[in-house]
Amino acid sequence: MIERTPLLNFATHAILVVGLVILLLPLWIVFVASTHDFRTVNTVPMPLWPGSHMVENYVTAWTQSGFGPKMLNSLVMAIGVTTGKIAIAALSAYSIVYFRYRLRMVFFWLVFITLMLPLEVRIVPTYAVAANAFRPLQVVLDVFGMSWLLEAVTGLRLVLPEWSLLNSYSGLILPLIATATGTFLYRQFFLTVPDELLEAAKMDGTGPLRFLFDILLPLSKTNMAALATIMFVYSWNQYLWPLLIVTDPAYGTAVMQLQRIVPGPLFGEPPRWHIAMAGTLIVMLPPLLVVVFMQRWFVRGLINQDK
Amino acid sequence: MSGKRVTFKNFWLAILLILPQLFLVFTFFYWPAGEALYWAFTLEPPFGGEQQWVGWQNFETVFADPLYWNSVKRSLLFAFSSTALAMGIGLLLASFVDRQLAGYKVYRFIYFWPYAVAAPAVGLAFRFIFAPDAGFVSVINVWFPGLWNPALDGFDAMVLIVLANAWSMVAYNFIFFLAGLQSIPRSLVEAGAMDGAGAVRRMRDLQLPLIAPTFFFLIVINITDSFVNSFGIVDITTGGGPARATDLMVFKIYSDGFKGKDYSLAAAQSLVLMLMVCALTFIQFRFVERRVHYS
Repeated sequence: MIERTPLLNFATHAILVVGLVILLLPLWIVFVASTHDFRTVNTVPMPLWPGSHMVENYVTAWTQSGFGPKMLNSLVMAIGVTTGKIAIAALSAYSIVYFRYRLRMVFFWLVFITLMLPLEVRIVPTYAVAANAFRPLQVVLDVFGMSWLLEAVTGLRLVLPEWSLLNSYSGLILPLIATATGTFLYRQFFLTVPDELLEAAKMDGTGPLRFLFDILLPLSKTNMAALATIMFVYSWNQYLWPLLIVTDPAYGTAVMQLQRIVPGPLFGEPPRWHIAMAGTLIVMLPPLLVVVFMQRWFVRGLINQDK
Repeated sequence: MSGKRVTFKNFWLAILLILPQLFLVFTFFYWPAGEALYWAFTLEPPFGGEQQWVGWQNFETVFADPLYWNSVKRSLLFAFSSTALAMGIGLLLASFVDRQLAGYKVYRFIYFWPYAVAAPAVGLAFRFIFAPDAGFVSVINVWFPGLWNPALDGFDAMVLIVLANAWSMVAYNFIFFLAGLQSIPRSLVEAGAMDGAGAVRRMRDLQLPLIAPTFFFLIVINITDSFVNSFGIVDITTGGGPARATDLMVFKIYSDGFKGKDYSLAAAQSLVLMLMVCALTFIQFRFVERRVHYS
């Protein structure tokens, strides 16, 4: 870079270190607080160096909140969303990019528009569907007369079963897949694949499915890795939706549990911050590890998806 | 849309491939959005029965409510201050990392970490750090008794949630600003330096205008994300208090709709919020279009 004067170099390092401290300090404080006992963590000013009660605090936090099954639920949810997204987005992007049909642009925009509204913003209406996820489809079938037609022809009335999403993994997973993020990541990638590839494949008599599974998807591996990291972190960190859809503790997720471990006079108990901070660190660790170890994929996916 | 020169023509297969996505999008996006529209204009009778059409009445109730305007005001304050803070710090750090001194990769690596932390976890961490009687900031109260208390003082509570949100968003802004700055040809920046433009001047007159599209894109994303994150942060730190000082829009919709069980009112509020976010995104599309145009 230009202007490597010692003074400017020093200022650069100084500012970058200050930035580092600002961004890491909250994480450090959480960690330090989680290693002290009740009395020390509540002293003012608080110590800034770890204490010796780390193991017992984490054991207490883990058993008290029952993090075992909760982490497992979070994991099921995150893996479900990630794999579902990777699969469904690949198929729909393939259909939009590699097939020519009249409805293509309509579908493209139908999916594209979902980028606009995050789940948190339309939480009330989405929750209304949760009691029976087949209701929208049933109404459409009824309105467009397809049920009637089917009844006239076969004598059977088509009634879709009730499909409640409350307290279920499908309820935790499916609404989070219903957005366009992954579809666009794939689309961007498919558009960069040279046309000659398909020409050659067609010349060899390769059908559309064979082309997808044997040629296109193996080429998309880095793309999938990027999408996987993003979706894992995104779904693990969901809070509002699980809070609404889950009333049975058996389906509770780790992030939901944060609400229960907030210490404070509200619950009439002494502020056990050391346990609360241990719990916080437990909950934030899995996505943090993904970002730390797979940052290359993660950042690539983020930046590509919004172009 | 730039398409492929060579394509398949198998119509039913194409439909079959896109069907799962369409089903999900329809069930969990379009139908609910339509239903919100319907609810916003109807009212459920207190003793059950069919929904009654009430026209604009729900909106009139919402707009006549000073508590609603309070939540709009607080949300905008929250959105704009945390966006300004997160983007300012993100740009500052990105421009210094862009100087590529020894070790800049370490900074780039670590600066991204906060992005992985869930909003409610950020909330709980900041609740402890900024607690009035324990934690990191409480020292202020030893020096100046009673100066800091987010549980009693609305201003302190707002500062707390703004800082929490800004902290979690800095990483995202940093990454995009850095990518933007690094896409500017080095020769251009060097030419500027040869002509005698200092670092600040180059940033203002050369680099910032060139990454303007990134800048506008980030404004929209930050504001949208502030609505998304706000629930997790507010629910854990302040619960909308004290005295509704942090009663942000998504939190109010949640408390009116799911705690107060007034779906019609919550739907009307949701609709206003959805329109706000849509408007923002439309503005963004215009800039995205421009960015593609320029590159």
